[in-house]
Amino acid sequence: MNAPAKKLKVATTSLAGCFGCHMSFLDIDERLFTLLEHVEFDRSPLTDIKTCSPDCDLGIIEGGLCNAENIHVLREFRKNCKTLIAIGACAVNGGLPAQRNHLPLTAILEEVYHTSPGLANGMIPNDPELPLPLDKVHPIHEVVKVDYFIPGCPPSGDAIWKVLTDLLAGREPELGHGLMRYD
Amino acid sequence: MSQTFTLDGQSIPFADGQTILQAATAAGVFIPHLCYHPEFKPHGSCKLCTVKVNGRHTASCTMRATPGMTVESNTEDINAERRSLVQMLFVEGNHFCPACEQSGNCKLQATAYQLGMMSPHFDHFFPSRALDASHPEVLLDFNRCILCSLCVRASRDVDGKNVFALSGRGIKTRLIVNAGSGRLADTNFSPADKAAGVCPVGVFLKKRRGFAVPIGERRYDKAPIDSIAEEI
Repeated sequence: MNAPAKKLKVATTSLAGCFGCHMSFLDIDERLFTLLEHVEFDRSPLTDIKTCSPDCDLGIIEGGLCNAENIHVLREFRKNCKTLIAIGACAVNGGLPAQRNHLPLTAILEEVYHTSPGLANGMIPNDPELPLPLDKVHPIHEVVKVDYFIPGCPPSGDAIWKVLTDLLAGREPELGHGLMRYD
Repeated sequence: MSQTFTLDGQSIPFADGQTILQAATAAGVFIPHLCYHPEFKPHGSCKLCTVKVNGRHTASCTMRATPGMTVESNTEDINAERRSLVQMLFVEGNHFCPACEQSGNCKLQATAYQLGMMSPHFDHFFPSRALDASHPEVLLDFNRCILCSLCVRASRDVDGKNVFALSGRGIKTRLIVNAGSGRLADTNFSPADKAAGVCPVGVFLKKRRGFAVPIGERRYDKAPIDSIAEEI
């Protein structure tokens, strides 16, 4: 890949995720230097920039949607990024957080804050600054259009590298056997 | 076996009575399938093995081969339809691969890999389905059931026990245990039964055997499903 005249702007975030996909992204190791010849990071935990520039080329979303703030951030990414990628099981299908979906939200809050052993005078947090939890956890494609998906929990650094280099080269991303994993 | 038909341009020999899927498998050509198993009468319900015969869609596990027929299988259009079927199976149940003991040995997952399924595409149902942990040796996790009926057929036709059945209709169809209580512990099911070993997904899990083989070293981790000969 030859370095382009203008670098692509990339924004990343973790919604209802564990940052494991971001850690896996860093597993591309020294290939990050090659990547940085082609892209610059906008809003991302890597830069600590808090809002997306309006002209981002690529948005990478880790994690599903478990509260109102997740939806707000996801919509900000969709609005400001030309291309959106869902990365990891949680963004793709809800993942681990979605395992709460068969339980009523009130029962979960009761157990976590009231009835678990060792809780005395517990109360369910209701500070207005806290985003309200959603009734169910959803993957991101159920709320906005998502252009590409990288499955895996987390996807390997090699799988992430494959998709990013495919996109930078203008190819349709494809993961062959060994890179395509859901676990 | 002097008779042949054409599958994706390749000449496939077959014997009288063989289905398209049987003849293709014998000739080393893979056609995706989930509810078909070589030891059982075809069920024709998952539709993954759909091919086009002389231009018309049909299930290759139930269609007998005839001399000179022209069959299309591994085409972009048919694989896109198969991918949609697999996506629907994923969103109808609760298929959470990272925590599933069957991950890497699962035919649904391996078929999705083979078909290049990058996303579930549809909205998830997130159904609420109870587990049956009543049996001392085997756990049933209905969240993963794709209603292929292989355990039903194995228990009825091989084990002679009739422990399982599909109940209800349409989207409400579900796998049930044939006992007054509905519990596996109240049947004569045994972990040595054929029914315990034919599930293509992860409904039947032997207790106290979790992750004996690590993730990454399992059947379809090592080789894609279309490169592995069907077990008999």
